[in-house]
Amino acid sequence: MRLKALATTLFAAGMLGAPLAQAQTEIQWWHSMSGQHNEKINEIAKGFNASQSEFKLTPVFKGSYPESMTAAIAAFRAGNPPHIVQVFEVGTATMMSAKGAIKPVTQIMKDAGEPFNPKAYLPAVTGYYTDSQGNMLSMPFNSSTAIFYINKDAFKKAGLDPAKAPKTWKEFTKAAEKLKAAGQTCVYTTGWPSWVHVENFSAWHNLPIGTKENGMAGLDTEFRVNTPLHVQHIATLGYYAKQGWFTYSGRKQEGEDRFISGECAMLTSSSSAIGKIRKGAKFDFSAHFLPYHDDMPGAPQNSIIGGATLWVMSGKPAGDYKGVAKFFSYLSRPEVQMDWHTSTGYVPITLAAYEMTKKSGYYEKNPGVDVAIHQLNNKAPTANSKGLRFGGFVQGREIFEEEMESVLQGKKTAKAAMDDAVKRGNDILRKFEAANK
Amino acid sequence: MEKRVVFRSAWLPYALLAPQIAITVIFFFWPAGQAVWYSFQLQDAFGLKTQFVGLENFRALFADSHYLASFKITAFFSVLVAGCGISIALLLATMADRVVKGALAYKTLLIWPYAVAPAVAGVLWAFLFAPSIGVVSYVLRKNGVDWNWVLQGDQAMLLVVIASTWKQISYNFLFFLAGLQSIPRSLIEAAAIDGAGPSRRFWTIVFPMLSPTTFFLMVVNIVYAFFDTFGVIDATTQGGPAGATQILVYKAYYDGVKAADLGGSSAQSAILMLIVIALTVIQFRFVERKVQY
Repeated sequence: MRLKALATTLFAAGMLGAPLAQAQTEIQWWHSMSGQHNEKINEIAKGFNASQSEFKLTPVFKGSYPESMTAAIAAFRAGNPPHIVQVFEVGTATMMSAKGAIKPVTQIMKDAGEPFNPKAYLPAVTGYYTDSQGNMLSMPFNSSTAIFYINKDAFKKAGLDPAKAPKTWKEFTKAAEKLKAAGQTCVYTTGWPSWVHVENFSAWHNLPIGTKENGMAGLDTEFRVNTPLHVQHIATLGYYAKQGWFTYSGRKQEGEDRFISGECAMLTSSSSAIGKIRKGAKFDFSAHFLPYHDDMPGAPQNSIIGGATLWVMSGKPAGDYKGVAKFFSYLSRPEVQMDWHTSTGYVPITLAAYEMTKKSGYYEKNPGVDVAIHQLNNKAPTANSKGLRFGGFVQGREIFEEEMESVLQGKKTAKAAMDDAVKRGNDILRKFEAANK
Repeated sequence: MEKRVVFRSAWLPYALLAPQIAITVIFFFWPAGQAVWYSFQLQDAFGLKTQFVGLENFRALFADSHYLASFKITAFFSVLVAGCGISIALLLATMADRVVKGALAYKTLLIWPYAVAPAVAGVLWAFLFAPSIGVVSYVLRKNGVDWNWVLQGDQAMLLVVIASTWKQISYNFLFFLAGLQSIPRSLIEAAAIDGAGPSRRFWTIVFPMLSPTTFFLMVVNIVYAFFDTFGVIDATTQGGPAGATQILVYKAYYDGVKAADLGGSSAQSAILMLIVIALTVIQFRFVERKVQY
């Protein structure tokens, strides 16, 4: 008798337990974070899954930024998109124009009844991802900006003051000359050439990248990266390359590794490289604002962000979006953000997380991590420096890079290359405009 | 009189052919037809809005100087890959054919690279030649060569040609070896008795006797250079720098998959399809008939 009761109890418990375990709705999150950052993402998902029992967040690494975006688009066309996809800033215009394919974050939070205040997020970040009606369309996640790193040991060796990093490109030229004379094989290199030397360069000198507020005010925008100042800068880079002061490393973060290995003494790249540099560099380094041309009025302005945000795809069961909203709330918690910020070098996305990090004394102990935040907020953003939104910019950026490469090879003059960049880039913009009328 | 076996049933031949036809239709005609259909359309990335634009995609392609440059790059690349691949393989095959001791070991080793996937071959060579850490780059720089294929287009081209050729040599080698072994010994011996030296024997007997193999390999190698080298390029230069190694098939992939421009990419696919058809026609109509067996 007792045995039977026990069996019944067990059975009942099983009945209760089983559906509970099965009813956990899975939330798919496709992302492009590799290595150290990938581990951090898994940690975040684990933290979220432990914080509640209704949903199970599954992060999936889908390759590089363009690859995850393409995969998500293909999955949407096949009728089975992920819930959340991490899309880089370059894909913003494409995602924004896909009205039936995405769900605005503001709406998801409202539908799920999650508390949500867009003002809690860093304005330099949200400005990029908010539509003209003020709706935040995607969830800021990993944002960084281009900053300038120097190898202090190499500076010392070349007889330069390691405490004085070049502030302007004139000072940079002098330092480069001395470093080269001291036998430095690679004086300077860069990651993300277009992002640093066209996009951030423009914002930093308050120059337009394109008309219509860099494309934010309409699809009928045109590129403007062939102004005399742009041409002057690209010509300067060409001159550096010719002198052997600038070693081109490629279109992605390849340059960062050459800085870490000590091969290159100066680097401009993402502020999110700082964690990697701190871990790998066997020398003393420091992080600084990007150099600027002091003969350009208004410089330096503020730099713009790069990185990615989380977009929510439509076409999933309505109940799933509650889980997405819950995850976004979890992700915005100051302690989660502070952990993400301090371990990766990406800027914190909420003001509360920034304050929390500051109070903890982290910035005093780890100088350089706050350079990105200060540079992004150097001055109140203008129409030229609040961000950019160009259709088909995956192609557009590669065109800029191709043209820059032809200058560095010495095959084209800076003027001809930037004129071609504008012409070819505008063709892409017109095509995008026509496809998204 | 030729003897023919004829099916008496009206439906049996069709039924027997059906699986093959089904596979061809599903995996070739259907996607190919879709590509042609897309090439007349302008579509946003998500497929939410579609417009029929006629020949606009083609017009835009031929107005794009970079697309035309891609044709030249592809031609240059294919000729180099096919030319180097065939001549090196022929040299190796002739040598291997003469070796008596340890012939099997040589042959096996020469065939090995064919088992390597194109992407892996690309990565291997990219490592050897990597601008900052590569072994070969180190030697080159020691000797005063400014080696940086990330920036120098000619060097990038050299790298993808080396990687692609290296991978294809084994395949060519196999065919040449088989071809060499089927040449009757008596012919060569007769020439030798008449006093023809090894080089003379090669050019007047062996080389002409190999011509069917050579022509076959030429077509196969050109098709290989056009399409199968995608993996090598994707793993190394990704079409760069400044489009110096952007062959047609890579551009079609890049525009369609990475840049989400389906119309433009489909138009490029349609043009590639025409090129393949032309190559096949040339092979069957001219090469197979003109070559003396």
